[in-house]
Amino acid sequence: MTLDRVKKGQFFKINNIHNENVRSQAIRFGIAEGEWLSCEEVVPAGPIVIRKNRQQIALGRQLARLIDISLN
Amino acid sequence: MSHCHGCSIQIDIPEGARRIVLAGNPNAGKSVFFNYLTGMYVDVSNYPGTTLEISHGLLQGDVVIDTPGVYGISSFNDEERVARDVILTADVVINVVNAVYLERDLFLTQQIIDTGVPVIIALNMVDEAEKQGMTINNQLLSQLLGVPVIPTVAIKKQGMKEIKENIGQARSGQSDTELQKEMDKLVNRVGSRGEALLIMEGDATVAERHGLEPLNKREDIYLQRRQRVNQIVTHVVKDISKKTAFSNILSRMMIKPLTGIPILFLALYTMYQIIGVFVAGTVVGFTEETLMIGHFEPAVRSFVGNFISEQSTLGTILIGEFGLLTMTFTYVLGLLMPLVIGFYFFLSLFEDSGYLPRLATLVDRLLTSIGLNGRAVIPLILGLGCVTMATITTRLLGSERERRIAIFLLGLAIPCSAQLGVIAGMLASVGPEFVLLYSLVIFAVLVVVGTLMNSLLSGQSSDLLIDLPPLRVPRIHNVMTKTGIKSYQFLKEAFPLFALGALIISTFQVTGILVALQNILAPLTVNWLGLPKEAATAFIMGIVRRDFGAAGLAGMPLTSIQTVISLITITLFVPCIASILVMFKERNKKEALLMWVSTWVIAFLIGGIVAQLSALLGVATPAQVFTVMAVVIALTALVIVGVRLFKKQNIQSNSTSKGVV
Repeated sequence: MTLDRVKKGQFFKINNIHNENVRSQAIRFGIAEGEWLSCEEVVPAGPIVIRKNRQQIALGRQLARLIDISLN
Repeated sequence: MSHCHGCSIQIDIPEGARRIVLAGNPNAGKSVFFNYLTGMYVDVSNYPGTTLEISHGLLQGDVVIDTPGVYGISSFNDEERVARDVILTADVVINVVNAVYLERDLFLTQQIIDTGVPVIIALNMVDEAEKQGMTINNQLLSQLLGVPVIPTVAIKKQGMKEIKENIGQARSGQSDTELQKEMDKLVNRVGSRGEALLIMEGDATVAERHGLEPLNKREDIYLQRRQRVNQIVTHVVKDISKKTAFSNILSRMMIKPLTGIPILFLALYTMYQIIGVFVAGTVVGFTEETLMIGHFEPAVRSFVGNFISEQSTLGTILIGEFGLLTMTFTYVLGLLMPLVIGFYFFLSLFEDSGYLPRLATLVDRLLTSIGLNGRAVIPLILGLGCVTMATITTRLLGSERERRIAIFLLGLAIPCSAQLGVIAGMLASVGPEFVLLYSLVIFAVLVVVGTLMNSLLSGQSSDLLIDLPPLRVPRIHNVMTKTGIKSYQFLKEAFPLFALGALIISTFQVTGILVALQNILAPLTVNWLGLPKEAATAFIMGIVRRDFGAAGLAGMPLTSIQTVISLITITLFVPCIASILVMFKERNKKEALLMWVSTWVIAFLIGGIVAQLSALLGVATPAQVFTVMAVVIALTALVIVGVRLFKKQNIQSNSTSKGVV
């Protein structure tokens, strides 16, 4: 499934980020493919906020559609 | 002047002086270090080819250079390009690292270390990390990175002296052995390890400097670097407590619409109460009327009157109604200065608390519909401070398309702090239904123009990808310093422009041009907008500065609806000279000119429509004012639906024609 369908509180693994620029920038923020993260918040029709340790990142809904994830 | 590969930043480096560069992620505390190291001696240069300003100052014969806060030096935006060039030519880099966000910040640290420049690390905010239950082993961190690490709490001046004394201890750190080998192969050809690294990371500009093709190894290097950083962090950080702090709960509440929107309104309402009611009323009442008009102006008039008659031409220009020595000082110091200080105080509070990125997340959905993403809320809010400054910060937006939309909306519909102050003051004298009408019209224009641009401009806007820093209680000292610096910058910029405006207006007055212009513009001001013909003076003043125009209106006897119409027109009216200049600098001439002309047309068109509607439907009772509002909403909805349908049809006809081909 893709990241835009994740629910608040769920843990998930990033399988693939289908955008080279986003992939690089996510790595800098500490988020890479293959890592386990949690969903902090889902803004209705808006961004998804994900968390890894103390790091929180908000991703736009369109962008979340380009990220493949799997749940545990 | 020191040699610098292609970056040619205009800084005079004395013979034998070292270039000490401060680098770090956004909000790591670099500026506190910069101020400590350079004292008051600070110079600001424009970085060539950009409007980014780089501060530099002296430290015992060496030059300290600040860089913009970045997450890496990989040319994702202008800030990164500037930071890259300054870091590549550094003799020493002081890397300021936020201890709470070690995992994120060390990515930049390792990238800088990989460039081979000598580094010393200021591990900042260790007190906050401790409070959150983190213990960081500094010695081990220093050992693993291969560079000195000094724990600091910059705002309490802890560890600052040690940094200053140990700059000479900075050294090149450790890179991954594989990466090191790869770089060594390239170093012979390009002459420096830093340039070799960036070419390998696929930096086109650096590669071009050496006539090479960029190598596409960015992702491999990044992944390897991320792994290395993660390992270091697991080794040096212990005891992470996982308790849910109140700040976490608040952070969530700010992001969710259900609670986030009320929080936003509460923040705006507090701002309005303090700036619009208290500062604009009580404080300005004292500074403008009692202090400036009551004491300052008579003193200046009687002093100058000793030498020149007030009725003479020179007298009118110096101490007349729009006098250089009277009105300029009263407006800038008595009226605008308190309002501007109030606004920058709030802006600094928002910035330092970490609220802005959360606001960006909250409004992302809304801004997507006008072709922007949530990040654009930052320039739009900064625009409420100063449109000129905000126009420059649109550089943080992801695409040219977004910059175009944001810059135009800033010039058109975002009133700057000084203007906002005057507007708030004037709105305080009309009924709440009129305040609502004003806000509704400005908001409707913002939405309609944004939707139109989003539909008509080709291409797609970028998506939101933003780091949410920790929420924290702003340090009052820091907020005060920021407010002071920004207000001073405003004063420096506004004063000459105001003086120029006063000079132009009083010259017009003396030569009779003012009355002539008022008469020429009468069909527009009197017939179309329903204002007294003297309002033309305010518009002419508004060309110099919008707040100047608004201030001109403040002195006029206007009815409630006239106040609203004049404020709508002056808000949408052309931005001030300074922001026009920046607009021309940031965009090409044709585009900037088109934007400028459009603001004139839209301002008078919308002001006129509201005036005609009010005349037609009446505004004597609140119910009638609400009817006008309902019509405005209906018109807005009509345009938006029309634009959407048009776009849909266009896409369909495009795809059918493609199908035929």
